Amino acid sequence: MTTMTTTPAANAAITPAGPAARPRFRSLRHAMVLAKRNLIKITRTPEQLIDVTLQPIIFLLLFVYVFGGALGGGSQHAYLEYLLPGLLGQTIAMSSISIGQNMNSDIAKGVFDRFRSLPIARSVPLVGAVFAEFFRYLLLCVIMVGFGYIMGFRIATSPLALLAAIGIAICFALSFAWVSVWVGMKVRNPGAVQGVMFLLVLPLSFGSNTFVRTSTMPGWLQAFVNVNPISHLVSAVRGLMLGGPVAVPIGWTFAWIAGLLVVFFPLALRAYIRRT
Amino acid sequence: MTELAIEATGLAKSFGATRALGGVDLVARRGTVHAVLGPNGAGKTTAIRILATLLRADAGSARVNGFDVASQANKVRESIGLTGQFASVDEDLTGMQNLVMIGQLLDLSARDARARAVELLEWFDLTDASGKMAKNYSGGMRRRLDLAASLVGRPSVIFLDEPTTGLDPAKREDMWDVVRSLVSDGSTVLLTTQYLEEADALADEITVFNHGLVIAHDTPYGLKRVVGGQRLTIRPADPARHDDLRGILSGIDALGEHVPQDDGRGTLTVQVAGDDVLPDVVARLRAAGLAVDEFSLHLPSLDEVFFTLTGTRTQDAEEVAA
Repeated sequence: MTTMTTTPAANAAITPAGPAARPRFRSLRHAMVLAKRNLIKITRTPEQLIDVTLQPIIFLLLFVYVFGGALGGGSQHAYLEYLLPGLLGQTIAMSSISIGQNMNSDIAKGVFDRFRSLPIARSVPLVGAVFAEFFRYLLLCVIMVGFGYIMGFRIATSPLALLAAIGIAICFALSFAWVSVWVGMKVRNPGAVQGVMFLLVLPLSFGSNTFVRTSTMPGWLQAFVNVNPISHLVSAVRGLMLGGPVAVPIGWTFAWIAGLLVVFFPLALRAYIRRT
Repeated sequence: MTELAIEATGLAKSFGATRALGGVDLVARRGTVHAVLGPNGAGKTTAIRILATLLRADAGSARVNGFDVASQANKVRESIGLTGQFASVDEDLTGMQNLVMIGQLLDLSARDARARAVELLEWFDLTDASGKMAKNYSGGMRRRLDLAASLVGRPSVIFLDEPTTGLDPAKREDMWDVVRSLVSDGSTVLLTTQYLEEADALADEITVFNHGLVIAHDTPYGLKRVVGGQRLTIRPADPARHDDLRGILSGIDALGEHVPQDDGRGTLTVQVAGDDVLPDVVARLRAAGLAVDEFSLHLPSLDEVFFTLTGTRTQDAEEVAA
């Protein structure tokens, strides 16, 4: 600081490219820059990855070895084959809870004032945060399938179908994350985000075909399970990993993905803009 | 380019039942420093947030660099830099990462953003700390990083919200040097402060806010003429001699009719026209054998400015508001 007055002034030298200089895909690029910010923040507190690393492993172990014997007709291996694709859909929806929590506390920080004072699209900080989630969801899929493989899970289809299954699960989670972002913008503190999202995710994930066949449930519950987006996702993932018809569940899953985006992206954005 | 960098008329803003701004005008000429002086809760930060497009005014209009802050917000954002009262940096990122991120959001290429960051870190003496997370910075370093972040895009209008609050005197002077060099480069600076001394040292014009209203707008010279020049504050070493001191000061003709003010903390303050009177005061103190703990010549404090302008102390004013 002592040399400050004698150093060349900060406002000379390099000319900025200026917002008009690189107009193509500006907002997409900005979102990538902020996704990188979120990823750096994750590396500062790796605990943020528990829900996509340890949690799926614990769920697999618990469900397979506690319920597997009873539910799989005596064969834990048979239940593992049935459960894993379902659990992938369930845990990936559950792991979208954290983005709302993080955004809720993040937005209170001064750096969001800076984002608001920059000539960037309003949606960029939100989209950037959701982009960063991609890596968390990918990690979850890799761990789930990898650990399942160690436990004896085998896909009955092809590696390409496995990739498709992972892709569709991540797509679903990225759109479902907007529900969490919206809740994160609406409620007062991070704890409340978790409370609200749990109320939503729990019935959706258990009231589905994740753990047991729909045909074992009472009729009224079947009606709910059959429209539940997580059921469609699970059917699609299960079909892609184990074989069977997949066109219909994939179609429904993408319909839900589009629906969630169309409804909750604008809601989240509006809630963010109003929250100052 | 218009002559005026900032031009606000009738800005009003309320938060629920609380009126933050009750219709203020604010004008800053290009290439000058304009200081908004006022106590906490006067509406200074609200005004800055409206001008920096973070907040919408309920009434009134404002143009920054000729662009309307409400209808052309993005145009305004292209040419402003904002340094908030609470450092707007990302604590989990290093100094370098913070500045590179802002550069890339301003459409610099990764290389240019990095070059600009290196340049600014060096200018603000943060090169050694560039790889450290901002949360490990001291208050002064954080403030500098914040200011650096607001300069990445070479803004022509810079908003500084209480840039020196909480900084020690040496750091404050450093910050003043920064402000001066920004202006010498042609930028316009709007800063808020609670110190007349700071406004006097930096500003070409001063607007005084009180309860969301402008109560004075003048040059530092003009404002000082209104509120009176320097103050002489003396504290007798022996509190029992307080009245003797008052007698001595009252007996000095050069002080005219200015009555010594008692601050209730053992000091007496009297308005003086210049420092010519000091030798006389010292001589009389010595003749009376009156030892002093404090003997200082200073500009009126914000409290004294407000007392002169409004007839109430800032504390009283805050109580009325509460």
